[in-house]
Amino acid sequence: MKRRGDLLDISALKVVFYTYRGVIKALNGVELWMNRGERLGVVGETGCGKSVTAKSVMRLIEEPGKILSGRLLFEDKDLLQIQESDLRQIRGSEISMIFQEPNSSLNPVMSVGFQIAEVLAEKNKTKIKKQYPAVAEMLELVGLDAERVMTMYPHELSGGMAQRVMIAMGLAPKPKLLIADEPTSALDVTIQAQILELLDQLVREMGNAVLMISHDMGVVAEFCDKIMVMYAGNSVEYATTEKLFKNPRHPYTKGLLQAVPRIGRIEELKAIKGTVPDLVSPPPGCRFHKRCPHMTAVCQKEHPSFIQVEDDHYVACYLFGNEGGGGH
Amino acid sequence: MRYLLRRLGFLLFTGWAALSINFILPHLMPGDPAQVMIAKFQGRLNPQALKALSDAFGLTADKSLFVKYLEYWQRIFSGDLGFSLTYYPAKVTEVLADAIPWTIGLVGLGTIIAFTLGTLLGIISAWKRNSPLADILVPTALFFNSIPYFWLSLLMLYLLAYQLEWFPLGGGFDVFAIMGIWDKVGSIVYHAILPLTTIVITAMGGWLLTMRNNMMSVLADDYIIFARAKGLSDRRIKYKYAARNAILPSFTGFSMALGFVIGGSLLTEVVFSYPGLGYILYQSVISLDYPLMQAIFLFISLAVLLANFMADFIYAILDPRVKEGGE
Repeated sequence: MKRRGDLLDISALKVVFYTYRGVIKALNGVELWMNRGERLGVVGETGCGKSVTAKSVMRLIEEPGKILSGRLLFEDKDLLQIQESDLRQIRGSEISMIFQEPNSSLNPVMSVGFQIAEVLAEKNKTKIKKQYPAVAEMLELVGLDAERVMTMYPHELSGGMAQRVMIAMGLAPKPKLLIADEPTSALDVTIQAQILELLDQLVREMGNAVLMISHDMGVVAEFCDKIMVMYAGNSVEYATTEKLFKNPRHPYTKGLLQAVPRIGRIEELKAIKGTVPDLVSPPPGCRFHKRCPHMTAVCQKEHPSFIQVEDDHYVACYLFGNEGGGGH
Repeated sequence: MRYLLRRLGFLLFTGWAALSINFILPHLMPGDPAQVMIAKFQGRLNPQALKALSDAFGLTADKSLFVKYLEYWQRIFSGDLGFSLTYYPAKVTEVLADAIPWTIGLVGLGTIIAFTLGTLLGIISAWKRNSPLADILVPTALFFNSIPYFWLSLLMLYLLAYQLEWFPLGGGFDVFAIMGIWDKVGSIVYHAILPLTTIVITAMGGWLLTMRNNMMSVLADDYIIFARAKGLSDRRIKYKYAARNAILPSFTGFSMALGFVIGGSLLTEVVFSYPGLGYILYQSVISLDYPLMQAIFLFISLAVLLANFMADFIYAILDPRVKEGGE
């Protein structure tokens, strides 16, 4: 299979969760790729598999979840094939992650300085104490009073401070890829803008690639170079930010954009008809067909594959000369 | 600091309340201790001697309750807890001094072993929650935790000591043999094995289940998965992150249990005729030995309160969140 991104290339990724209600087919053949230093936004409704995708990149899916199949190339290694011990060398040093709830993602009984130092000590194989100068530097970089914050405990931090600490922790090991899972969703709007700006500035200086998970189109449009739209466990459209907003192809993307309010737009906001399908028993074929205004017979039979319609623009939809057969 | 001062104030207040209740309770009970005494020494002492005795015990009936209360405090601070009626003419303090080492040795050690083993197994059973080991550990712990400990004592005593004669029937050591120091230590260990085993077996399950529950809920917390994302080793996550945080609630229970050690494991000591505080307490209750009873209750309440205070103190070191929160 042709390599699509030189940093990360995920194809046909399938993840399921075994629950008492049945098997949740959370990811149904996700396609996603990124180049070095690039910023990709993954958008979609709640439950579409954005966060599961993010966690899968580092193989952090825990029981009752399981990665069934797929290929997950990070540089030249398939992360789904390597040993857990080799994966640990990548986690936290080559790929790091920022979570949605900064306060609860920090260990409540360890000081902030210690928790950041721990990551660096793990990466550089040194004693934790030796990393304190580097930690202080990093905390200053994210705009915190390092001397004070170093010895503070997570419950003493405000949400904004905690997210700055998370960013410091995520960027301290200078990872090639930073995964930010809804980094601003739990914060006040004013703080959101500050955090986003900080992240933007730091990543620009350090040159990390960022995989940004968000349900907020505005955040992604402002921050990312490329956008991947997901629906019910599938990648449905991928394009540069500009192309996606100017010329969305997939009916779901079109619906999604019409549901976002914009200043100066007169026409009514349109919600997409219907609801997200239950992933225990998803509809056959294209998972969007029940809500789609352009549905045809073929849509109900087989899932369309993810095909290129122009440079940097991919769609999974039969409206664009699709042969079908991309995941079942 | 403010947190600790507040805890100290609380300790003093509850200490006062506990000791006062300890004073009042025997006086509310039916039956006059002085009469019990007289009955006990019937025909062996003349009335003048009895009067002198009951004065010495502070049991004279013609004093008001308030005067007796003041005298009670005076005696507590001077360390004079009177004479034991059962072990007369031994002083209560002497009886206690003889019994305390036995109880601390047996029940204290048993509690510590049970806590350590139970907690370790709890960590393992939560960490490997779908392994066969965990599947066996949990129902086994539940089973032993539900067994009444005196029943297990009786069973072990009957089977291992009476039928098989592997172990002695009771006591703290062999009182009849004349022995060197090492033989005596050996004899003490030999006598302690059965009661210690029953205590460990019946107490361990509770610690295991508590730790397992705490650990399961901690393992579901965001910071555990975040720790994995940070690339920390499984070992570090298991002990430094999960177990370290999960042990906090268990720790409070453990401190309380250490406080209750002073009370002895009453029925275990009774079944094995072990010369500890539990056995003495039992003796004092059936013979209405108020001075001894009161002294034992006093020690139990003080030990529990002190253990509680120590737990608060150490908890503040272990969990930075309690220092400011307080209320």
